[in-house]
Amino acid sequence: MTQIWIAVIGASVTAFLNKYIGHSVPEKWLDRPRFKRINTLVPIVLLSALVGVQTFAHKKELVIDQRLAGVGVALIALKFKAPFPVVVVSAAVTSAAIYNWF
Amino acid sequence: MSINPRSNPIDRTGLSVAFTVGLYGAAFGAAGVTAGFSILQTCLLSILLFSGASQFAVVGIMGAGGSAISAIATATLLGFRNALYGLQMAPILKVKGFKRILSAQITIDESTAVATLQENDADRKRGFYITGIGVYVFWNLFTFLGALGASAIGDPSVWGLDAAVPAAFCGLVWPRLKDKTQFIVSGAAIALALLLTPLTPAGIPIITTVVLAVIFGWKK
Repeated sequence: MTQIWIAVIGASVTAFLNKYIGHSVPEKWLDRPRFKRINTLVPIVLLSALVGVQTFAHKKELVIDQRLAGVGVALIALKFKAPFPVVVVSAAVTSAAIYNWF
Repeated sequence: MSINPRSNPIDRTGLSVAFTVGLYGAAFGAAGVTAGFSILQTCLLSILLFSGASQFAVVGIMGAGGSAISAIATATLLGFRNALYGLQMAPILKVKGFKRILSAQITIDESTAVATLQENDADRKRGFYITGIGVYVFWNLFTFLGALGASAIGDPSVWGLDAAVPAAFCGLVWPRLKDKTQFIVSGAAIALALLLTPLTPAGIPIITTVVLAVIFGWKK
């Protein structure tokens, strides 16, 4: 078996275990106000971190490029309560325009 | 369950998220083939692994000549947040056996994000399944098309797809920021993740921000 096959199957197995374990922890673990407060913040921190990393990271370096302009336009669209597809498409068009023309 | 994106706002949100995120599957398909994966191997990652960031990590590391172990470790770290999402979704979905296996497989950023934006458990459930199944279908379809047309798509930047993904995450986190503390936590998470990016392996900067959720959520 090649390294690529090992990576494909191995990463798929651990990905499913991650997902399944979350669903199988006892429900009573969640009946705590503190846990609920933390759990509400969990998607906020992870999604925010993803925004940051996917906007600025190029491998292990931080760069400012066309993506920042795209995300900036997305934030303006969100501020004006634009629907989700408009947010995403306006970001893509802005980023592609800068990337292709400059 | 009938799906009606015209009259039902949950269906509309779920399906637009699914389609937008699904489109990026084309970039993944192209990335997989470019990294030396066969079309079958690339499609299997979307079918079996089914978690975008982890999939990009696997093909990125293998394409750069990394070992299978480092690819698996990175993908696993990136996928740990799905365990946290599962923890959040389990008491709402209340499913067992085969249904739990299927629900677990579609427990990802987008399905959980759309679900937790809803006001009651019935709507959360609907949001979760519409988005999760929708992303699964579109992501796999576009992975296959992307892998087929790898040379045609090539650089995702040309299509602005590199900005579409963080913009999509902006759209998912924005409605959650309801008070000042949540804005501060969001800003702190971005800062921490960026600070760690040059210093730690991929995946660590994102998962580490859970510490901030614990710190800020500990006291009322």
